Amino acid sequence: MKFSAKAWSSGARVGAIEIGSCPGPIETPALLLSTRKGLPYFISPDLLSSLPSPDCYLLQVSPLHFLEGLSTSTISKIGGLHRMLSLHDYGIASVIRDSIQCLPEASASSKLGASFETPCGRLLIKPKDYVEMISHMRPNIWAALADEVPAWVSKKRNRTSVDRTVRWLDDCLALNPAGGCVFGAIVGGPDLEERKRCAEEVAKRNVSGYWIGGFGLGDNISERPAILTGIMDILPVEKPRMVCGLELPEEVLQGIAAGIDLFNSTYIYTLTIGGFALTFPLDKHGNQFNLQLNQIGSDLTKINLRATIYRKDMSPIVGNCTCYTCQNHTKAYINHLLNVHEMLAQILLEIHNTHHYLMFFRLIREAIKEGRFEQFRQTFMESRREHLKGEAVSA
Amino acid sequence: MFCFLSQVLGRFNRARAARLALPHHVCQTPLFMPVGTQGTIKGLTTNQLEEIGCQIILGNTYHLALRPTSELLDEAGGLHKFMNWPRALLTDSGGFQMVSLLHLADITEKGVTFQNRIGADIIMALDDVVKTTITGPRIEEAMYRTLRWIDRCIAAHERPHDQNLFGIVQGGLDPILRDICVRGLVDRNLPGYAIGGLAGGEDKDSFWRVVAQCTAALPEDKPRYVMGVGYPLDIVVCSALGADMYDCVYPTRTARFGTALVPEGVLKLKHRAMADDTRPIDPTCSCMVCKNYTRAYIHCLVTKDAMGSQLLSYHNLYYIMQFPKGDVPEWVCNAMEVAGIDISSCCAPFSSQSHQEYNSKKCFTEEIDEMEVELERL
Ligand SMILES: [Zn+2]
Ligand SMILES: [Zn+2]
Repeated sequence: MKFSAKAWSSGARVGAIEIGSCPGPIETPALLLSTRKGLPYFISPDLLSSLPSPDCYLLQVSPLHFLEGLSTSTISKIGGLHRMLSLHDYGIASVIRDSIQCLPEASASSKLGASFETPCGRLLIKPKDYVEMISHMRPNIWAALADEVPAWVSKKRNRTSVDRTVRWLDDCLALNPAGGCVFGAIVGGPDLEERKRCAEEVAKRNVSGYWIGGFGLGDNISERPAILTGIMDILPVEKPRMVCGLELPEEVLQGIAAGIDLFNSTYIYTLTIGGFALTFPLDKHGNQFNLQLNQIGSDLTKINLRATIYRKDMSPIVGNCTCYTCQNHTKAYINHLLNVHEMLAQILLEIHNTHHYLMFFRLIREAIKEGRFEQFRQTFMESRREHLKGEAVSA
Repeated sequence: MFCFLSQVLGRFNRARAARLALPHHVCQTPLFMPVGTQGTIKGLTTNQLEEIGCQIILGNTYHLALRPTSELLDEAGGLHKFMNWPRALLTDSGGFQMVSLLHLADITEKGVTFQNRIGADIIMALDDVVKTTITGPRIEEAMYRTLRWIDRCIAAHERPHDQNLFGIVQGGLDPILRDICVRGLVDRNLPGYAIGGLAGGEDKDSFWRVVAQCTAALPEDKPRYVMGVGYPLDIVVCSALGADMYDCVYPTRTARFGTALVPEGVLKLKHRAMADDTRPIDPTCSCMVCKNYTRAYIHCLVTKDAMGSQLLSYHNLYYIMQFPKGDVPEWVCNAMEVAGIDISSCCAPFSSQSHQEYNSKKCFTEEIDEMEVELERL
């Protein structure tokens, strides 16, 4: 993996990441597609190639998913994740937990390892176990094991989590599995001092990048900028930074403003399962005013295709969207598929939502390159806020 | 007549390969039609269906009449446009039992009207399906009812120039009843004919005799469709007997339960032995799934993740779609010969084979069950 930061706008930056045999360098800030057992939840590999390229070539995989029926030694026998998934030119990053089915269970973690709630029950993963999984799976990037804790734990527990996370990083590095770039994990919850301590320790280690965890576990969104900036000030600029737990457009913008490079697409899964389609305007300047007013089933970002208003709507989800779904199907058809519980609904929604979010990231990169990211962010946030206000008045 | 078997491309004894020209697609027979009850084949996009060579999709008239409703489909410009399927469609009601759940007084006419609005290339006449395992006067009653209804269907049919009404031969396992029904339908000079009421639990010897009798009595220049048949071996036998079209939920249904169709029979991907098997599902298959994935990987997906049934459905449909293909149906008879079955004269008794997992009885009845469950939920 090679990374270089190319352009800055306020705290935000555009970089280029070169991974394995990915087609050309992929620009950051970028979205890693969240997967289930290595493939997107509903997009089969032949449909994956219809997504914007090379934007869609980064995947995030959770090793815990495979415990459900495939030993990692079999993955190794097949030739690693890339071979098994037949996605040879994709960049694959392993993060032990996802944000959907496999979540950290801090109360059960110990000095020996991190605990997770998974579909196979509660599991304690030691650094040695994880490193073995990694050496079998051979991802391009892997985030080190972290002791993630929810925001409400005591200061003492938070300190322990930082101590353990740093120690486990040393363990992982000492075990040194074949191949793959290690991203050091940074935790510390909402405690700025602990966050800084963790970042300082991790920055001293020989890692290829950073994985920032501990968000979305009961923390307050308004406290994040200070935490993020505190961490970023410590981390060296020449290495990529991946984050977990920042999902919504506003959160993504918040992360990018602080200098985050890599996000995951858990949000897309949540939307898709709920029958939602992203519809917010992909305006060059971030303007959100040209949303359809009073669209029922809409919260200005997305529409709920289950709503009866779409029963006879023979137009695509987004008029000028070039995704497979919008090029081929109407809202009425997706509404019908949702009504009769047909799986094609989720396939079509995941395609559109992923496409839409990848395009959002493109817009952001463009804004950074042109030195107007902060403007873009302000316009995006404010026009949406104004719009919401207008909605409230007219309601 | 819009639908015709132009150019019989190949013939071997009674088996034939032909071109079937329909308003939306010129099909190559023999062909298999996947069942897309609700206007979608479970887990596949229409692009993928074209890719794997699907020519006709089957929809269920009454499911579609309930949701999204025939009015909406009409407004949308028909089911083709609604689901964005450029090739041919066929709609069927699922038989009187199914339809009667709707409690409509004029079921026959309503059914045709629904189908006219849905706009499929082929629409099936309403029939009274009786399980072949039932005997006695109920079989006769159902056959005569089916025959009586055909004229009402023809009269109610408003789009004979762009939709082809197929009659359905009923009559259980009784050759006399089947004969009366075939003659009655052939007299109406319909664009195509279906052999109904089979695949309902009858023994194989009775099954092939009914098919043989009907295909022999149906006109040469019209397509012959054996309803509810989708097991590879059944398709081979029926094709050898001169049938052209088949449908079944089996390939996609079985995929959802983790079973793959392979030349040797079936492969249960859920089985623990698969967890360590690094071969493709079918090493001789050239589908997207077999080219890319191991049994081990599919094993950890099936019955747990949507992707498992998506990938297995893809393979199963690809497999079954390749199956009845072939310009010269000679291979069908050759296959029979290899199996030690002489069907050239259709006189010798057909010894029922002992294929592993072979049981076509479930297919049709399960489909009806599924529909009923679905309707009860509404
Ligand atoms: Zn779209
Ligand atoms: Zn295959």
